Amino acid sequence: MTSQWTYVAAAYGLTALLGAGVLWHSWRTMRAAERAADALRDGEP
Amino acid sequence: MHAYANPARFLRIARPLTPWLVGLGLLLVGIGAWAGLTRTPPDYLQGETVRILYVHVPAAWLGMGGWSALAVAGLIQLVWRHPLAGISARAVAVPGMLFTALCLATGSIWGKPTWGTWWEWDGRMTSMLVLLFLYAGFIALANAGEERGSISRATAIYALIGAINIPIINRSVVWWNSLHQGPSITLRGSSIDGAILWPLGFTVIGFSLLFGAIVLMRMRSIIAANRVEARMRRRAMD
Repeated sequence: MTSQWTYVAAAYGLTALLGAGVLWHSWRTMRAAERAADALRDGEP
Repeated sequence: MHAYANPARFLRIARPLTPWLVGLGLLLVGIGAWAGLTRTPPDYLQGETVRILYVHVPAAWLGMGGWSALAVAGLIQLVWRHPLAGISARAVAVPGMLFTALCLATGSIWGKPTWGTWWEWDGRMTSMLVLLFLYAGFIALANAGEERGSISRATAIYALIGAINIPIINRSVVWWNSLHQGPSITLRGSSIDGAILWPLGFTVIGFSLLFGAIVLMRMRSIIAANRVEARMRRRAMD
């Protein structure tokens, strides 16, 4: 029989994984987009 | 509110606010999860699995809260056409969908040892699944439109119509027979014992701050992408 803690660990693990994933992806996308915008502004005459 | 609908003014507030929301959110979620796993007693009936409460409830709250925010942004976009309304609606959709999916997944994991099944087509679970599909439809509609940095009129109307599902989710355990427990936290108080309930405040506020941080980051990405597009267009015309 599966231990009750296995279900608890699965729920917390999934939450940590998906939460950290979307946080990391949003941060990287934001940094890349802002860097691209700044580079274009700096390159303007 | 009109004063903050300006992207430049919004960025002056959002840039310093983002790391604070991330830091404070992670701290509160960490405290809540640690307390929920180690400092609270097991439930007399559910045993240790009651600890799933501390991640399942914030996910449900943010999935529903996310669509409520999306509907308000849709309404503002339709009525006032604020530049930030469409941007914020786009930014809320992905984290809203993620937390809805997390709510369904953690609920399913909690259901197996508690009810003996991973899934049941009852009012609560089905209406929550409908919310997940509504988010997917919103993202598809928003990406299909020509308004890259905002949302179309049809997408805003879709967000408003989809909000009908929010009170249905909320009342589903009252209106229909369900394996899911009835409303345990209401304006009149909670039926959950205080010894088990208290870490939930930390995780609900912590995840809400992280949700806010993700929305701010996504809004900043869209605003930066809009600026790149505008500059490229200007250069092409020169």
